[in-house]
Amino acid sequence: MNRFWSVLFLLVPVLGIASVLMAMYGVAPLESAWLPKSLSQAGDTIDQLFNGIHLLSAFILAGTVFTIGWALWRFSDRGDSNEKALYVTHNTKLEITWTVIPALILIFLAFFQMKSWAENKMDRPTVTVDGVTDFKPPMVMVKAKRFGWEFYYAGDDGVVETEDDIFVENLLVLPAGEEIVLQMESRDVIHSFYVPELRLKQDIVPGMTQFVWFNAREEKEIEIMCTELCGWGHYMMKAKLNFVSRAQFDAWIEEQKSAYSPEFKNEAEPAAFLRESNKSFSAKLSNVARPLLKLKIN
Amino acid sequence: MAEVTVENSITPEPKGNVVSRFVWTYVFATDHKVIGLQFLFSSLIWFFVGGFLALAVRWQLAWPWSDMPIFGHMLFAESGGQMSPGFYNMLFTMHATIMIFFVIIPILAGAFGNYLISLMVGGEDMAFPRLNMMSYWFMWPAFVCIILSFFMPEYGAAAGWTSYPPLSVFQGDAQSLWLLAMVFVGISSMMGSINYLTTIIQMRAPGMTMFRMPMTVWGMFITAIMQAFALPVLTAALLMQLSDRLLMTGFFLPENIAVNNGVATSGGGQVLLWQHLFWFYSHPAVYIMILPAMGMVSDIISCFSRKPLFGYRPMVYSITAIAGLGFIVWGHHMFISGMNHTLAMSFMVSTMLIALPSGIKVFNWIGTLWGGKLQLTTPMLFCVGFVSMFVIGGLSGIVMSAPPVDIVIHDTYYIVAHLHYVLFASSVLGVLGAIYFWFPKMFGRMMNEKLGKIHFFLTFVFLNGTFFPMHFLSRMPRRVADPYIYEGLKDLLPLNQFMTICAIGMGLTQLIFVANFFSSMFFGAKAGRNPWNANTLEWTTVSPPPHGNFDVQPIVRRGPYEYSHPSTECDFFPQTETS
Ligand code: HEM
Ligand SMILES: [Cu+2]
Ligand SMILES: [Cu+2]
Repeated sequence: MNRFWSVLFLLVPVLGIASVLMAMYGVAPLESAWLPKSLSQAGDTIDQLFNGIHLLSAFILAGTVFTIGWALWRFSDRGDSNEKALYVTHNTKLEITWTVIPALILIFLAFFQMKSWAENKMDRPTVTVDGVTDFKPPMVMVKAKRFGWEFYYAGDDGVVETEDDIFVENLLVLPAGEEIVLQMESRDVIHSFYVPELRLKQDIVPGMTQFVWFNAREEKEIEIMCTELCGWGHYMMKAKLNFVSRAQFDAWIEEQKSAYSPEFKNEAEPAAFLRESNKSFSAKLSNVARPLLKLKIN
Repeated sequence: MAEVTVENSITPEPKGNVVSRFVWTYVFATDHKVIGLQFLFSSLIWFFVGGFLALAVRWQLAWPWSDMPIFGHMLFAESGGQMSPGFYNMLFTMHATIMIFFVIIPILAGAFGNYLISLMVGGEDMAFPRLNMMSYWFMWPAFVCIILSFFMPEYGAAAGWTSYPPLSVFQGDAQSLWLLAMVFVGISSMMGSINYLTTIIQMRAPGMTMFRMPMTVWGMFITAIMQAFALPVLTAALLMQLSDRLLMTGFFLPENIAVNNGVATSGGGQVLLWQHLFWFYSHPAVYIMILPAMGMVSDIISCFSRKPLFGYRPMVYSITAIAGLGFIVWGHHMFISGMNHTLAMSFMVSTMLIALPSGIKVFNWIGTLWGGKLQLTTPMLFCVGFVSMFVIGGLSGIVMSAPPVDIVIHDTYYIVAHLHYVLFASSVLGVLGAIYFWFPKMFGRMMNEKLGKIHFFLTFVFLNGTFFPMHFLSRMPRRVADPYIYEGLKDLLPLNQFMTICAIGMGLTQLIFVANFFSSMFFGAKAGRNPWNANTLEWTTVSPPPHGNFDVQPIVRRGPYEYSHPSTECDFFPQTETS
């Protein structure tokens, strides 16, 4: 029976590592399980980190849990000897070793990944016009709302949040092979903009403005997911993201211009979609309390 | 050595008829052991409620929008038994809330903390028995709030256990009940932690120096310190959110947001403020949910290895380090939140550092096993399970603490995998091991070993079947009622069905535990004082110990881990034994 338990524990790293490797190198039945193919250079770097840290983890998992399984195999009491267990309370050399080596690995990891983080989140692209360097203006303003995505393309003036913005809902068409900056704001609660293929995720927080940037190398139709719980309809908050060639993109934008070009919808819409709080006590209270509070202030 | 007869001056021995005796012993209980058992039983009941909610979540993920068995027709008759998306949000919110605040924290700190601290340090009771009674009583308003919230129109809070505003501020009234419940739980934990700290500092038996305390007591001690520092922050944040909801303040609300039916919010608030305050509590809280288990696992592993705990002092220092660092890593939950991206780097470094003491603990447990004379009893199997599963949870923690990688896996099922490896596969296995280990002390009878081993085997297999595949779902967002609405996720359906089947198996397996627990309580073999030949003080008194704990005042002569000492005949050396 002791052998049985030690085999059970030995199976943990065996199966665990096997499945991690299968997912990483695309072996059936886990060939498509992990991340979809990366579409950008920055995404590749993240993938290298992702795979690298997982391989390192697999190595540590093997080392530790194999030792556990082996210890069970070897040191289980089979009732066939009267020898006592080893009386060892500590071993300073060993302990220093297994503190210092992991510490070095962790510090290395900590510094090694900083570049990728900066590339993705800190070094916002810039452009230099007439010798003046400034942030590259966003191509699209993303407004997240319960439960959909509004996209406002900068019109001919190249600036978002102006009269000539081009409005499209739940569909984002962008040229492949170009560095693109998006500006993102929320109309109501927190949402999160997730595109697995671009290895891109950013929460969109009401009251704050976020910028994301990426450069997709292929033309492809993919999806934008919302990854922050935003209410009952959170699950259906998706949008299409199509990367097309520059020519196709220009044609598409022309089409949108003639189709529909409203004023930029900046002010908050009354939210008919807030199902729950219609009934809610606090909403009723706020309807009552608001004028009262105003009275007091005036 | 003077013999001290212990008399309890606080509650008179209950008199009168059965009813009043029952009320005096079990309701107005000030005996730490009775309070411990109260916490144990209420947590176990909630464990099953929380488990049901989890199965309902899994049901939806495997067979979306299909008829929910049994409950579907009760709750959703008009839609033919299919749950609504809002109901799904309620399910995972309440599952996490119940498991964290009503099961793991109360069972570790409340049940085992109460039951074991006094016995292990050789005191007659806790320092503040009445405060202790209050700390259990304060769980009940929380229970009532949560039960009531299930009867609200939206069937309960549905903003996630993290309850991020503005969403949570504009949810239905169940959210207010949820906030109240959390305030009560916090007060209860606060009273408990003050009591544990005082008891451990003041009520130790003669000779019980700090560095002769078993790791269980150290775990509880450090946990209590963490609770005492972190809980006030959570309580303040909860009250602020409550006042945002009910008094129209705007701590967490910016101006001009388009919810609230067009009623302007007072604004001027900061959405991210809540996340900082919440995680300032909740990251330490994740360690509150594991340090006591780590302590108990250390004691159990040493006992069944018949070998001293390897590196006792480094073990103590590493939980202290975990507790200290635990207060400066909260930002790793907020890498993607819009928080300053440079700040993320410093949280990343502290998070990497916290993996180090966690690793040291694992190595020391393995060092304890090595060269031992291992007795693979049920509690030992659960504890070895704990260690091997904690390795997986700790490693996925390191993966996520790399911010560029976290960009991909934040708020996906990868997080769900991580948290279940540390909370279920580690903490809960540790708790189950502890129940098998101390059950003889609590009820005077042994649990059935054969059933225990079957329980362990099935739980271990099914939990890996349920949670390991989640690591591969790092493109599937969590908290999504129907992931298959995305083209890119449709192929994940079979994997999800596999996990659900394992989850159902895991749920059913727990029935073996229930059967074993209750049948052993009445029909188990009599345990005697020290069935496991363990060293610590609780095993020197009768099982179950009487009110006042020890018939003879224990005098402590050595540390708790003197197993297989070369100078002794037998392979254990109780802390009180004269040499
Ligand atoms: C080696 C040590 C650990 C490290 C480095 C670590 C790291 C992390 C990180 C970076 C996250 C955030 C992921 C994200 O949301 O993007 C996280 C989430 C989480 N961790 Fe850990 N962790 C460790 C140990 C633990 C332990 C011991 C527990 C509990 C017993 C725990 C419980 C959780 C929970 C519950 C969450 C998810 C919270 C939520 O969003 O609902 N972790 N961990
Ligand atoms: Cu959303
Ligand atoms: Cu954390």
